[in-house]
Amino acid sequence: MSSGIEINAYLRPDGRKGIRNILVVAYLVECAHHVAREIAFPFRKQNAHLIGFGGCYPNAYASRMMHQLCTHPNVGAVLLVSLGCESLDRDGLFKTIQDSGRPVHTLVIQQTGGTRKTINQGRQWVRSTLKTLGSTPRAPMKIAELIVGTVCGGSDAMSGFTANPAVGRAFDLLVGRGAAAIFEETNEMIGCEAALSRRGVTDALSRELAASVEKAARYHATLAHGSFAPGNAEGGLTTQEEKSMGSYSKGGRSPISGLIKPGDVPPRGGLYLLDVVPDGEVRFGFPNLSDVAEIGELIACGSHLILFATGRGAVVGAAVSPVIKVCGNPETYRRMRDDMDVNAGRIAEGSATLDDVGREIFDCVIRAAQGRPTASEALGHQEFTLVYKSFDPIGPACLPTTHS
Amino acid sequence: MTKESKNKTARTDRRLLLISPEDNVFVAVADIDAGETFLVNGAAVPVPIRIPLGHKVAARGIPAGEKVVKYGAAIGSATRDISAGDHVHTHNLKSDYLPTYARAGRKSYVQRH
Repeated sequence: MSSGIEINAYLRPDGRKGIRNILVVAYLVECAHHVAREIAFPFRKQNAHLIGFGGCYPNAYASRMMHQLCTHPNVGAVLLVSLGCESLDRDGLFKTIQDSGRPVHTLVIQQTGGTRKTINQGRQWVRSTLKTLGSTPRAPMKIAELIVGTVCGGSDAMSGFTANPAVGRAFDLLVGRGAAAIFEETNEMIGCEAALSRRGVTDALSRELAASVEKAARYHATLAHGSFAPGNAEGGLTTQEEKSMGSYSKGGRSPISGLIKPGDVPPRGGLYLLDVVPDGEVRFGFPNLSDVAEIGELIACGSHLILFATGRGAVVGAAVSPVIKVCGNPETYRRMRDDMDVNAGRIAEGSATLDDVGREIFDCVIRAAQGRPTASEALGHQEFTLVYKSFDPIGPACLPTTHS
Repeated sequence: MTKESKNKTARTDRRLLLISPEDNVFVAVADIDAGETFLVNGAAVPVPIRIPLGHKVAARGIPAGEKVVKYGAAIGSATRDISAGDHVHTHNLKSDYLPTYARAGRKSYVQRH
């Protein structure tokens, strides 16, 4: 392991470098979902991935997510599938993708002549465009150019001392080599404000970090959800801040370089906190429908790869970017081995240290970036969820240009 | 990890994990039965009650009022003097953050200091 490791990346016309060469088929409203799925399905093992937004009414957040995902560095070409009467601005999205230099085509079901004709035309376009994508230029990519996100789900009593801090160790190694690393779940960091308020590279950023968690606490208070459950104490957790630190430990120990929101791409290497909790009054329900929605947000922030820490056993992957699963419970690992990439449960069994597993996760990131399929990729997982949310843009203190 | 803390780990029971070098509590990575004796930083400490996996054990003496540190961060304060090797849980540790959460309910979910 050295900083000299290089990745043979896919070079996009806009200069961004990807570690996968995905053709995205995107439905622009739920009414176009079936047609888009039928178009993509025969090509699902040839890097055709399905994403989309189901809503008929306009939403700035969902629109921005679609713009960012369709021009993600792992994406080489996009087919947009519109019904014809939905609100999402298909021409604006088309132009963004076209301006990025990626091949793009729009099929409007109502204009094309219905389901069958649109599926046939879509499959023809996908077939010919996949051939074009086969000759995408390659370029060397350094670890410092990688963006890696992390999420946790299905946590158990072991996650807080196995998978989560081991991911934190891997984040330390990545950030130390100049990569950008993104952690999130501000809504599971209630109690970490004091710790966060010392982590920013500037005092103004530190205040923003603490404020993002206070916002999450208010949001969840309105929803009357999110508290310290009796089962937590049985698992050995004593305080709210201790429970939150288990999730927080995925970020590792680097100073925090910025606070971003879904769709914001880290401008340089370093550790970033992604604020996933909507701004303003509670309007569309829970901040995120599931882990899959959070993964989609991390990918919209440019994540080439996702580290998923689990204890009880998550199985999902993602459209656009590979997901590496780090299992913190040795019994779960043995029971669901095909779904897991790294056995962090060895920490609980005493056969590995946090540093050992952190290095193993780091090595796994490099191999996946060099093209090796992750467990969820090999199993064909390509989950995607996008729902209504609302955000204000980040303030000037959130991305300091100079480090103190 | 510093050389000093590596030595500390070497003289502590393998079932006790120090997550961050500045922590003053270990995490039990296996169930430890009552009646056993374990090594805590070189000292043999009897285990009076069963310590289940995931629970905390003091790495050193923590006087009442001092912060309990795990993951390198304060997770609350000791409510009584804690000796090295003691089980650390709700009987001797309280949150600095949401001490009244259970009673206050949703309205004061965030306690302003």
